[in-house]
Amino acid sequence: MDYLQPASWAEALALRAQRPDAVPVAGGTDVMVGLNFDRHRPAALLDLSRLRELTGWERDGDHVRLGAAEPYTRIVQRLRDPLPALAQASRTVGSPQIRNRGSVGGNLGSASPAGDAHPPLLAAGATVEAASVRGTRLIPAAEFFTGVKANALAPDELIAAVRVPVARGPQRFAKIGTRNAMVIAVCSFAVALDLAGRRVGTGVGSAAPTPRRATAAEEFAAGELEAAGLWDSRGPLPGSLARRFGQLVADAASPVDDVRGTAAYRRHALSVIARRTLTWAWAELRKETSGCGCHAM
Amino acid sequence: MRLSCHVNGERRCADGVRARESLLFVLRERMGLPGSKNACEQGECGSCTVYLDGVPVCACLVPAGQARDRQVVTVEGLGDDGGLDLVQEAFVEAGAVQCGFCTPGFVVAAHDLVRRGYAPTEEEIREALAGNLCRCTGYEKIIDAVKLAASRWWARSG
Ligand SMILES: Cc1cc2nc3c(=O)[nH]c(=O)nc-3n(C[C@H](O)[C@H](O)[C@H](O)COP(=O)(O)OP(=O)(O)OC[C@H]3O[C@@H](n4cnc5c(N)ncnc54)[C@H](O)[C@@H]3O)c2cc1C
Ligand code: FES
Ligand code: FES
Repeated sequence: MDYLQPASWAEALALRAQRPDAVPVAGGTDVMVGLNFDRHRPAALLDLSRLRELTGWERDGDHVRLGAAEPYTRIVQRLRDPLPALAQASRTVGSPQIRNRGSVGGNLGSASPAGDAHPPLLAAGATVEAASVRGTRLIPAAEFFTGVKANALAPDELIAAVRVPVARGPQRFAKIGTRNAMVIAVCSFAVALDLAGRRVGTGVGSAAPTPRRATAAEEFAAGELEAAGLWDSRGPLPGSLARRFGQLVADAASPVDDVRGTAAYRRHALSVIARRTLTWAWAELRKETSGCGCHAM
Repeated sequence: MRLSCHVNGERRCADGVRARESLLFVLRERMGLPGSKNACEQGECGSCTVYLDGVPVCACLVPAGQARDRQVVTVEGLGDDGGLDLVQEAFVEAGAVQCGFCTPGFVVAAHDLVRRGYAPTEEEIREALAGNLCRCTGYEKIIDAVKLAASRWWARSG
């Protein structure tokens, strides 16, 4: 096995094109488990850990451009305000040691249906910046996941960054698991309220072959809020609206029975966390508006 | 390949390192530093926790090549002149060590919390140590040890 250690981004892209048999490695928290257990024997590793281009983040107009290899720990510390759902989800990943190494680029590379970064990226309408020697293209998160642990990257492409719209309203992420740390989601959900666009964004995790949006739930919630004048009045969220939203989110899933939970449990749990996250996000909005600091629900 | 990095303040080299090897393997099998323990090799137990460029990581999940020219500190490197570090001392005094297998990982993870220099709450301690498993102590004495270490760190630096 070869160890390829490019010193520059241009060299990394050239190596990626020349060596399609090389497995990229950023934080290694997925790749190394596979190697340690001899599940994969790739011909080469392509080490991305030395590329400054892949770390850090910058504000680019109404987006944050987040380097693919930036570890979760720094997302939790620095990006809570512009990217609340992604920061909340990052905080639930693994343990401190895993968050110090694991990255959103690696999460997307693995494209597990349970990846915690995925629901927030879907809910926020993020795009994945894929680069190769041929150039750069932007892939909407909703088109990025193509099957179980499969993604839309071409064999010569690397993820350079994700571009995530800066939050234009409250966002929430919730994840069901057996303990508070170190759990792969039984199911997960993110909601993003876009006040300026009068839209509700969603992302469902661990409840279908790929992470996905719950489009019908998004349209329902945005439509009902519009019809009741709530985008403007910011009055209390009707319980019936939140419950129906939860049901529509559950309907968007196509979960399976596995060791972590049954399909029926997942569907039920999703309807509950979808209802709650929407309720919490709306409460946060009302709190901001009234400035009284209480959850007037 | 040849791997050269700084370990516990010294420049160290290892020859014949294979691309698939972890930093943990190199430390234990090639550099004679068996303090960091190998248990799960999948990031679940934390017994292999070391500092890499000042950040606690699971050495079992770091491809060895990523450590090139970087700073690694293992449990062996925490104390001065062969003595125990303040966190290690607190583990001994609080009775936080039984079989001791998990201890090096806990000590490094706890060190990273304690060195921040404030008195952590029990919740903060549990969160900071969520990536470390112990099958003997039931954790209570480990938490006592971290509180003790934090109070001494505070006293020493304040
Ligand atoms: C103990 C433990 C707990 C975990 N808990 C969670 C959890 O709670 N939630 C969760 O979502 N995940 C969890 N994971 C999985 C893992 O930590 C995440 O998927 C993480 O985001 C992977 O990032 P990485 O940088 O370590 O990826 P790596 O292991 O380096 O790479 C992962 C995949 O992505 C590819 N890749 C990496 N970077 C790029 C790039 N820039 N361009 C193209 N391809 C790339 C690699 O080739 C590989 O296929 C856990 C893992 C462990 C070991
Ligand atoms: S051996 Fe590395 S975490 Fe268990
Ligand atoms: S003391 Fe035995 S595993 Fe912790």
